[in-house]
Amino acid sequence: MPITYYIVLSIVLFCIGVVGVLTRRNAIIIFMCVELMLNAVNLLLVAFSKMHNGVAMAKDPASTVGIDGQLFVFFIMVVAAAEVCVGLSIIVMVYRNTHSVDVNFLNRLKN
Amino acid sequence: MIPVLLIVIPLVTGLISFFLKEERSAKAFALLSSVATLAVSLISLFQSGDSLSTDASWLPMLGSRFSVSLDGMGKILTLLTAVSFPIIFAATYNNKYKSPNAFYGFMLLTQAGLMGVFCAMDLFLFYFFWELALIPAYFLCSKWGGEKRIPVTFKFFVYTFLGSLLMLVGILFVYFKTPDHSFAISSLYNLALTYGEESFIFWLFFIAFAIKMPVFPFHTWQPDTYEQAPTAVTMVLSGIMVKMGVFAVIRWLLPMFPGASERMADIVMILAVTGMIYASLIAIRQDDMKRLVAYSSIAHIGLMAASMFTGSASGIQGVIFQMFAHGINIIGLWIVIDVIEQQLGTRKFSELGGLAQKAPVLAIMFVIMSFANIALPLTNSFVGEFLMFNSVFNYSIVLGAVACISIILAAVYTLWMVQKVFYGEVANEDRVVLNVPINTQLMLAVLVAVVLFFGIYPQPMINLTSETVTKIIAQIK
Amino acid sequence: MSKFVYLVPLFPLIGFLINGLGRKSLSKSLIGLIGSAVILASFAVSLGIFFQVKQEGFQPQVIHLFDFIKVQSFNIPFAFQVDQLSSLFLLIITGVGFLIHVYSTSYMHNEEPQHYGRYFAYLNLFVFSMLLLVLGANYVIMFIGWEGVGLCSYLLIGFWFKNNNYNYAARKAFVMNRIGDVGFLLAVFWILAKLGTVSYGDVFARASTFSTFDVTAITMLLFVGAMGKSAQIPLYTWLPDAMAGPTPVSALIHAATMVTAGIYMIVRSNVLYTMAPTTMTVVAVVGLATAFLAATIALKQNDIKKVLAYSTVSQLGYMFLGLGVGAYTGAVFHVMTHAFFKALLFLGAGSVIHAMGNEQDIRSMGGLKKYMPITHITFLLACLAIAGIPPFSGFFSKDEILAAAYEHNKVLWLIGAITAGLTAFYMFRLYVMTFLGGFRGTHDQEHHLHESPSAMTIPLIILAVLSVVGGFVGIPEAFAHNAHALEHFLSPVIVKSTETAHALDTGTEYMLMAISVGLAVIAIIYAWTRFSKKPEIAEAEGAGKLLANKWYVDELYDKVIANPLVALGGFLKNVIEKSGIDGIVNGVGRGVNYAGRQMRLMQSGQVGNYILLMVLSMVLMIILVFYGNNLNPVLKYFSK
Repeated sequence: MPITYYIVLSIVLFCIGVVGVLTRRNAIIIFMCVELMLNAVNLLLVAFSKMHNGVAMAKDPASTVGIDGQLFVFFIMVVAAAEVCVGLSIIVMVYRNTHSVDVNFLNRLKN
Repeated sequence: MIPVLLIVIPLVTGLISFFLKEERSAKAFALLSSVATLAVSLISLFQSGDSLSTDASWLPMLGSRFSVSLDGMGKILTLLTAVSFPIIFAATYNNKYKSPNAFYGFMLLTQAGLMGVFCAMDLFLFYFFWELALIPAYFLCSKWGGEKRIPVTFKFFVYTFLGSLLMLVGILFVYFKTPDHSFAISSLYNLALTYGEESFIFWLFFIAFAIKMPVFPFHTWQPDTYEQAPTAVTMVLSGIMVKMGVFAVIRWLLPMFPGASERMADIVMILAVTGMIYASLIAIRQDDMKRLVAYSSIAHIGLMAASMFTGSASGIQGVIFQMFAHGINIIGLWIVIDVIEQQLGTRKFSELGGLAQKAPVLAIMFVIMSFANIALPLTNSFVGEFLMFNSVFNYSIVLGAVACISIILAAVYTLWMVQKVFYGEVANEDRVVLNVPINTQLMLAVLVAVVLFFGIYPQPMINLTSETVTKIIAQIK
Repeated sequence: MSKFVYLVPLFPLIGFLINGLGRKSLSKSLIGLIGSAVILASFAVSLGIFFQVKQEGFQPQVIHLFDFIKVQSFNIPFAFQVDQLSSLFLLIITGVGFLIHVYSTSYMHNEEPQHYGRYFAYLNLFVFSMLLLVLGANYVIMFIGWEGVGLCSYLLIGFWFKNNNYNYAARKAFVMNRIGDVGFLLAVFWILAKLGTVSYGDVFARASTFSTFDVTAITMLLFVGAMGKSAQIPLYTWLPDAMAGPTPVSALIHAATMVTAGIYMIVRSNVLYTMAPTTMTVVAVVGLATAFLAATIALKQNDIKKVLAYSTVSQLGYMFLGLGVGAYTGAVFHVMTHAFFKALLFLGAGSVIHAMGNEQDIRSMGGLKKYMPITHITFLLACLAIAGIPPFSGFFSKDEILAAAYEHNKVLWLIGAITAGLTAFYMFRLYVMTFLGGFRGTHDQEHHLHESPSAMTIPLIILAVLSVVGGFVGIPEAFAHNAHALEHFLSPVIVKSTETAHALDTGTEYMLMAISVGLAVIAIIYAWTRFSKKPEIAEAEGAGKLLANKWYVDELYDKVIANPLVALGGFLKNVIEKSGIDGIVNGVGRGVNYAGRQMRLMQSGQVGNYILLMVLSMVLMIILVFYGNNLNPVLKYFSK
C-alpha cells in the first residue's frame, strides 16, 4: 500500500480531532478528540517507520533503520495514558464542583 | 584598592542592614558605614598611582573586566558621594521611617551603585552600577514616598528605563565595533566609527544621560519625583544621582564620540539653554518649596549640559567643579526644607511665613544656601558658574547672553522663596513651634563651611581635576 | 604701608564675624564698639596708605594674595591694587563709613540685642564688600565686591523683615542690581575671551588690540552694570524703594558709597571708555536724562527720605554726565563731595525721623529749627552744598562737571544747569517744610521733639565741616593756577583726553559759574518764600500728580516686563509642561495602558479560544516553514 493512503488517513483523523477539540464543549469528548490526534500521529509514525525499514531491509535483512519511529509510538502511548490519568481526574474534580463537564463554565482564568 | 573599598563598604553594609531589627541600630549602622566610606574617600585625595586602580577578571565570556580607577574627576565625585551620605543620615537622623532597616539598606546600596558609576573604567561595569544605583532608588521612592508616589515612581521608572535601554543598545553596538570585543575604556576611546554610526549612537547615549541629568525636554519626571520621594532620597537623587548623567557625558560620551559631540553641540546647547530659561520661568510660578528647588536644579543642570559641549577646558573644569558645588548646595536646601516639612507639615508658601523669627539659625543657613544657589561670589557655585558661563559665552555670544538671563531669574525665584518662607509675619501662629535639632544644625554648618571654603579658595579642587580635563580635551581634539 | 592693604578689608570682616556669631551673647554697647572700632582701624590703615600713595613718584602696586581661579586658559588672582584711585575711595568708604557706624550705635538703640548685632554684622560686611570692590586688581575681584554690596544692600533694606513691603523693596533692589550684574559679567567674559586676562594692568596695557566694536560692546555692557548699581535709567527705580532700610543704611549704602560703585568702575576703566566715543555719548545722555528725570520727581515727593533718594539718583546722573563728557576727575570729585553732603543729609533726616518717632512725611513736620539746632544747622549747610552755592563743596564739583559738559555740547550744559536749579528748589522745599514755620504734627510728637544724642550729632558736625571745606581740594583753574589738588593726585590713573575742561577760557568759566549759581539762588529764594508762608500740604494735581507718582514708571515696568514674564511662567507651567511634555509622556504611558486593556480581552478564559489561537498559530508557522522562501525579501528587509 502506498504511504500516501496512511498520510491521508492520519491527516483526516487529526483534523477530526482538531475540529472536535475546537467545537465540542463536553470535556470528555474534547479529551477523546485529543486522543484521536495523538493516535493520528502514532499511525503516521508507524507508517513511516515501516516504510523506511522496508527500504533498508531490502539491502540488509538485519537492518534496524527506522525502528525508532515505533519506539516513539510507545512513548506517546505511555504519555497519553498518564495524561488521561491526570486529565480524567481533573474532569472528575470539576464535575464534583460544578456538576457539569462543560468547558465553557471554566473561565476563571479571565481574571 | 581604594575604589574597591568605596564600592564594597556600602554594598556589604547595605546588605547587612536588611537583617538589622532595631531602628536605632539600623540608623547608627548606616551612619557608621557612611563615615567609614568618607574616611576612605578622604584618604584617596592624598593618594596617587596604583592604590587608586584595580583591575580583575569579571566576566571573561563577555570581555568585561572589573576595572575601577579614580582620576581627579572620579575623586571629586566619590568625595561628593562620600560626604553627602553621612550628612544626609545625620541631618535626618530624627526622621521616622517604616521598616528602617530596609530603608537604610536601600540607601547604602544606592551609594554603592553611585560609587561604582564614578569609578568604573569598563563600560559594561559602568552600566551594571548605573542600574545598581537606580533600582534601590525606585524602591525608596515607591515604598517611602508621598501620597502620589505610585504614578510618579512609575513615570520615573519609565523615563529612566527608556534611557537605560537606549544606552544598552548603544553599549552593545560599540562593543561589537571594538577590535578586541571589549568594554575597556581604552578600546572604546579609539573607536573607528563611520559618520552615520557615530551620530546615531551618540543620540542613544545622549538621551540616556539627558534623562538622568535631566535636560529639557526630558525633565518632567524630576519635579514630581523630587516632590514625592522622601526628602532624604530626594537629596541623593538631586545631590548625587543627577551628577551621574553629567559625569557620564564627560567620562564616556564626549571622548567616545568626539566628532558627533562637536557636530551635535549646537543642538544640545540650544536645548540646554532653552531648558535653563524654561525651568527658571516655571520656578517663578511654583508654590511648593520642593518643586521650586527641583526646577531651579533643572536650570542649573542645563548650564552644565551646555558648557560640557563647548569642548573648552574652562567649561569642563567648571562643570566638574559645579557638580560638587551643586551637590553640596542643594543638599543644604533640602535639609532645611525637610526640617520645615517634618515640623510644620507643609511646604507651601501660602501656608508658611515669618520663620526667621522662630528659627533664626535655620533662616541664616537657608539664606546662605540660597545665595549659593544663585551663585553669589565667594560661594562655591560662583566659581563653577563663572567658568561655565565663560565657556558658553566663548562658544556663542548669543547663547551666553541668553543663558545669563537665568542669573536674573534665579535671583527672582530664590529670593521669592526666602521671602515667602522666612520673612514677613508668622503665618499659622499656633503651628509654629520650630525646633531645629542640633544634629541638623551641625550638618548645615558643615555644608555652609564647605560652601564658603570652596567659594573663597577653589584652587585645590581645580588643581585636582586639571589633569582629567587635559586628558579629555586631548581626546576630544 | 601698602603691603598691609589686606588689613583694610580684613578688619570689617573680623567685625562681621564677631558681631554675626556673637549677636546673642555680646552686649549692645560691645557690639556697637566692635562694629565701629574695626572700621576706624581700617580708616587708620587707609590713611597710612593714602599718605604713602600721595608721595611723588608712587607707582601703582598690585598685592597678590593667592590664585583665585586658575585654569589652563586664564588665571584670576585674588589681588589688591593700591593706587591713587583706590586709596581715595578707601578713605571715603572707611571715613564716612566710620561716622555712620558711630551714628548707628545711637540710632538703632531701640533694637533688640540680637537684631542690633545683626545690623552691625551686615554693616561691617557691607564695608568689607565695598572695600573688595575698590581694592580688587581685576574685574573679577571687583565683581565679587560688586555682588557683595548688592547682597548687603538686600539684607539691610529688608532689615526689618517682618514688613513684607520692605522685603519686596529688598528683592526689587537685588533683582535690578542683578540685571546690571549680568551686563558686567558679560563684559568680563568678553574681555577674557579677547585678552585671556582681566587684571587692570594687562587689560589697559593691551587695550589697543581691541577692535572698535569690541571696546564699544565691553564699555556698554560695563555701563549696564553701572546702571544697575548706580541707579540710572532704566534701572533706577529700586533706589527710592530702598529707603525701606534703616536711615543710616540709606546714608552709607544708598548715598555715599555703594551707588557710586558704577562711577568708580567707569573711572577705573577710563582707558577703555576713552576709546569708545559712542559709549561716552550714551553715558552722558543717560546720566543727564536720569539727573533731570529724578530731579523732577523729587519736586513733588513728601517723604523726607524719598526726596533725598531721588536727589541721589539725580546727583548720580550728574556724575555720569561728567564721565560721559570725559571729566573723570570731576566725577570722582563729585562722588567725594556728594558722599559728604548726601550722607549728612540722610543722617540729618535720620535725626529728624528719630525725633519725630518714625514719622517721615514732611507735611507733618515744620518748625523743627528750635527743637533741633545742630541738626538744623548741619542740614542747612548740606542743602547749600548740594545746591551748589559757593564756597561749599558741591559748588566746585558740580561746576567742574558743568564746565566740561558745556565744552562738549551746550545742550548738555543747559539741561544740566536747569537740573541744578531744580535741585536747589526741591532741597530748599524740603528744608523749609521741615525746619521752618510752625509744627504740623500731633501734640504727642511735639512733646517728644528733642535734639539727638551726641553719638548722632558729632558725625553730623564732622560731615558738615567736610561738606563745607571738601571742595577746596578741587579749586578750578579759573580761580588759581594748578590748585586742583585732586586732579593732580589722580592724574596717574586717568588718561589725558584730548579735550579737558581747562580749554575753556577764564571768562567763559566765570560766566558758567555765575549762571548756575544764579539759577540756584533764584530757586532757593523762590522755594523759601513760597513754602515758608504756605507749606504744601494738599495732594498734588495735574502735572504735579504725574511727578508725585514718579511718572508712573513702576507701573509701566510692571505692565510691560514683570507681568508678562509671570504670565509666561504660568503658561509654561500649566500648558507646555503639564499638557505638552507631560502630556506626551503620560500619553505614551496611557497608550500602553490602553493597548494592554484591549489585549486583555483576548484572554477570555475560554479554553477553546486559546486552543483556536494555538491552532491558527501552528497553521501560520507551517505555512511559513513551507512557503517561507517566497517571503525572503521581506524578511531580509527586516533583518537588516
